[in-house]
Amino acid sequence: MSTQHTDILNMRTKRTKSQDAWRLLKSAPVSAKFGMFVIAFYFFCAVFANFIAPFGEAEIVGKAYAPPSLGHWFGLDQIGRDTLSRVIFGARNTIFIALATVLISFFIGGVLGIYAAVTRGWMDQIVSRIVDILMSIPVLIFALMLLAMAGKSVWNLIFILALLDSTRVFRLARNTALSVAVQDFVEAARLRGEGMLWVVFREIIPNILPTLIAEFGLRFSFVFLTISALSFLGVGIQPPTADWGSMVAESKTLITFGRPQPLIPAAAIALLTVAVNFVVDWFLQKTSGLRDEQ
Amino acid sequence: MSNDTKRVKGSSLVQIRGLKIEGYSDEKWHPIIKGIDLDLKRGEVLGLIGESGAGKSTLGLATMGYTKPGCRISAGTVMFDGVDLVNAPQEKLRQMWGSKISYVAQSAAASFNPAHRLMDQVVESATNHGVMDRDKAEADAKDLFKRLQLPNPDTIGSRYPHQVSGGQLQRAMTAMAMSCRPDLIVFDEPTTALDVTTQVEVLASMRRIVEEFDTAAVYITHDLAVVAQMAHRIMVLRYGNLVEQSDTRSMLKQPTQDYTKSLWAVRSLEKPEEKSSDVVLSISNVDASYSGVMKVLDNVTVRLPRGKTVAVVGESGSGKSTLARAITGLLPPSKGRIEFNGKPLPAKLKDRDRDTLRRIQMIYQSADTALNPRQRVRDIIGRPLEFYLGLTGQAKEKKIVALLDNIELGEDFIDRYPNEMSGGQKQRISIARALAAEPEIIICDEVTSALDQIVQEEILKLLMKLQKDTNVSYLFITHDIATVRAISDEIVVMYKGKVVQQGLKSEVLNPPYPAYTELLLSSVPQMDPDWLTGLLKKRAGVKA
Repeated sequence: MSTQHTDILNMRTKRTKSQDAWRLLKSAPVSAKFGMFVIAFYFFCAVFANFIAPFGEAEIVGKAYAPPSLGHWFGLDQIGRDTLSRVIFGARNTIFIALATVLISFFIGGVLGIYAAVTRGWMDQIVSRIVDILMSIPVLIFALMLLAMAGKSVWNLIFILALLDSTRVFRLARNTALSVAVQDFVEAARLRGEGMLWVVFREIIPNILPTLIAEFGLRFSFVFLTISALSFLGVGIQPPTADWGSMVAESKTLITFGRPQPLIPAAAIALLTVAVNFVVDWFLQKTSGLRDEQ
Repeated sequence: MSNDTKRVKGSSLVQIRGLKIEGYSDEKWHPIIKGIDLDLKRGEVLGLIGESGAGKSTLGLATMGYTKPGCRISAGTVMFDGVDLVNAPQEKLRQMWGSKISYVAQSAAASFNPAHRLMDQVVESATNHGVMDRDKAEADAKDLFKRLQLPNPDTIGSRYPHQVSGGQLQRAMTAMAMSCRPDLIVFDEPTTALDVTTQVEVLASMRRIVEEFDTAAVYITHDLAVVAQMAHRIMVLRYGNLVEQSDTRSMLKQPTQDYTKSLWAVRSLEKPEEKSSDVVLSISNVDASYSGVMKVLDNVTVRLPRGKTVAVVGESGSGKSTLARAITGLLPPSKGRIEFNGKPLPAKLKDRDRDTLRRIQMIYQSADTALNPRQRVRDIIGRPLEFYLGLTGQAKEKKIVALLDNIELGEDFIDRYPNEMSGGQKQRISIARALAAEPEIIICDEVTSALDQIVQEEILKLLMKLQKDTNVSYLFITHDIATVRAISDEIVVMYKGKVVQQGLKSEVLNPPYPAYTELLLSSVPQMDPDWLTGLLKKRAGVKA
């Protein structure tokens, strides 16, 4: 390489990590910036729901089905609760339940997947086949069945969805870890006499982390949509807890009268999903080989 | 259509003037080809040589009017048979590619679709371009298979790509490129992935068929001896510039530029052999297999003298890498014993103690996969220091810097990631990682195969220097005879899992040879443009 090239490299190493991160953010395309802004906004609403929402989550403040007005921007629902406030509380409930679900599913799927990739053998075979079987059943139907058996509660919802979702995380973690585990540097570490924990945490995980982070975003979107769908069907988050899926279900007949109420929680669901996907797309493009340059 | 067109040998076919090509990375356009003129006559074979990054592949593809994704032609013209390829519409180019200009890639295995039979793929371009109907194309393909000396030319077309060998596949690929009788074929390192004994056959049939049809060809390679056999004229490229060009014979006799001379000089490196009876590692009657059925190592006996270099040579599949796996404990032998410093070495990796592991280190072929891309040089070299020698903090830091000095890289490399270094620099880091353990044996598995010739020589010189300084023994696995000549004291020749011959370099490289050693040695291309012709004559004479 020419000397010019080495100069560039030296400059690059001198920058600090936060400067690097800032440059990276600035170079993000508009779609990703928009996505990040939306996600930040949703999380802000979710965390500070108690302070932002003008009325309480289950507080009845007026006549049922009252149309939008200055005091109630989005109108009132079927028993006279403020729709805007319920959308804000819905953000808190739906997002945190989805987040908890994805964290648990990554814990189960990630640990099993990486363990299977490193050890291989019969353990890998058994877990992989179980995962194949679970994945062959449609998630929504399976979740409906399990929820009907276990009973409707938030924790049941979280655990059942986490378990079903962990199958997909398992596959990804196993496959990406496997492709790293066969590389020479992992063999070099084993020849050096390193233990399994070193191999996993120092050699393998740093190399599969970007893919897992991107998948985390996508799985969050999917889980979030599944929860909304289950709530819409009446087996997800139960009233009076505010939730976007059940809000759409409760007000869905209003659409025939030309009223916008059911569209508001539906738009909230759509916007967050799109935003997460924008950010994940950009992140994947940055970290994987999927760039326009070779 | 092109079948009937008269071709006048010697008339101009390709004319490139002032060609500049740029590649896009890091949000900038970087020059790859910096203004090159190229002329190619009908029936002429032009060799493009240079190190990786010289732009030879980019220039070769540009003669087809093609640039890789992320590259663009920023200036200059490419005229092919009167057609301006730079400004030609995509539709016109697609008509020409495959029928008038074709391409043979380095990896035939990656270029064939594994799901279709060879014949379907070979005749595809001829039938798609409407040159011939299917029956005629198949008959023609069989004729081409015969001319390319493929075995069973009438039936080989019904096989799938995985059912033929690498050399056969490369010839089938040439048949595919020839099917429309193009005016120009671009060969991009077509024999680089092949064994030397296979390479000879492929080179011979490629050269013959190009001559028979008076096809012009661009032959891209980094191997000077190969290009000497194939090309009428040679262009030497470096950093996207033309260094010099002339016809093959005068280029080999009197290169005018220093850079070209340095390329030629690489092959002269040679170390005098030394004898030693102090054996550090002795492998006796070892068998090993992956499945338990087929023996990959068959009764192998090898001795490694202390402070010396034993080169293990053989083609792919000869078991030389398996020998390394047996020594390191990754593949415990099913029979036989391995003794290290006179004591038996535990067969399995996990039965060996840390100090034994420390004494046997390994360097891999590809530094790209042997270094963790997420670790800095500090961690890569520092880990064995910490793990085996218990060094931490300042002492460790000092030792890392000393090692970086040893491998002739400065201490400013300490914070780099592998992707911030060149191939040669990465291989040096691999060497430093092995050295950090202060080993008695280093197993080098094809450590120079992925490098450019000039870099190869630097790495070999470094390895020799380190051997002098530390008295380490090398088990040097390679298929490259020039490398063997350069650094070994003793040579082990392997074939199909058996040791054909072990002895001092002077014994193995000089007659009398066992039959396989002779075949192997005679197949290594020489820097003499008549070498291939002579060899083919000699072999034909022996057969007759």
